[in-house]
Amino acid sequence: MAANSSTFTLTTPSDREIVITRMFDAPRELVFKAITDPTLIPRWWGPRRYETIVDKMEPRVGGTWRFINKDADGNEFAFNGVYREIVPPERVVQTFEFEPMPGHVSVDTMTLEEVDGKTKLTSRSLFDSREDRDGMMQSDMESGVRETYDRFEELVQEVQKNQRAA
Amino acid sequence: MPTDSLNTTFAALADPTRRAILARLMKGEASVTELAEPFAMSMPAISKHLKVLERAGLIERGRNAQWRPCRLEAGPLKEVADWVEPYRNRWEESFQRLDEILLELQKKERNHGRQ
Repeated sequence: MAANSSTFTLTTPSDREIVITRMFDAPRELVFKAITDPTLIPRWWGPRRYETIVDKMEPRVGGTWRFINKDADGNEFAFNGVYREIVPPERVVQTFEFEPMPGHVSVDTMTLEEVDGKTKLTSRSLFDSREDRDGMMQSDMESGVRETYDRFEELVQEVQKNQRAA
Repeated sequence: MPTDSLNTTFAALADPTRRAILARLMKGEASVTELAEPFAMSMPAISKHLKVLERAGLIERGRNAQWRPCRLEAGPLKEVADWVEPYRNRWEESFQRLDEILLELQKKERNHGRQ
């Protein structure tokens, strides 16, 4: 599966957006099923070092979701939102709020496309303002910045390669 | 986190011409004329872009009065990469776990098919 890691891209097409893409070796029906199944969320959502608890997940229009991340010391922080659109097996639109930063809500549109028997996932997060987006990036959900640019990744990789070589 | 310098770097990187210039400089130093070649742009316009890159510390201009070659400065790019990394890692780690689940689900489906 390591091959798919290299398909990860992160771009900022505008001041208020972050777009992530990633390929998966599975038909999109299956990818859709996996990401909308509450029993599977704890097994993949968030970094491995956190436990993910599904407090609520109602994948239907108007339904809500709330996931809790818990670290080894028992610290908890939660995320929540409302499902706006669920179109199997191609699209989910939902709001996303990091509870320690209430009121800064993004609208996340996830689309699945089939490409040569594989599935391309595109996740577009739209924030109310650039400040909100950057605030989210700098929040201590250890997200870092959600920024990068077309060609930026290859630039950075190139730089790092050159530095290693030097 | 040195946010101010990161902001300057991001602002400099936000322009496609400037990113193309940096990509060219990955291959080695170049003169302003060489850098201007691929673009339908006047020399003053290119010089303006180079000034932005220089101010952001992304490039360095040689002191040679004849052609003042431009060179890439890797430091600020590395800084941005370090900042992006945690967010990227969070999602990439999630996606790797999703890969495992998808593999497992596909195996299950195949086994069901056989029965």
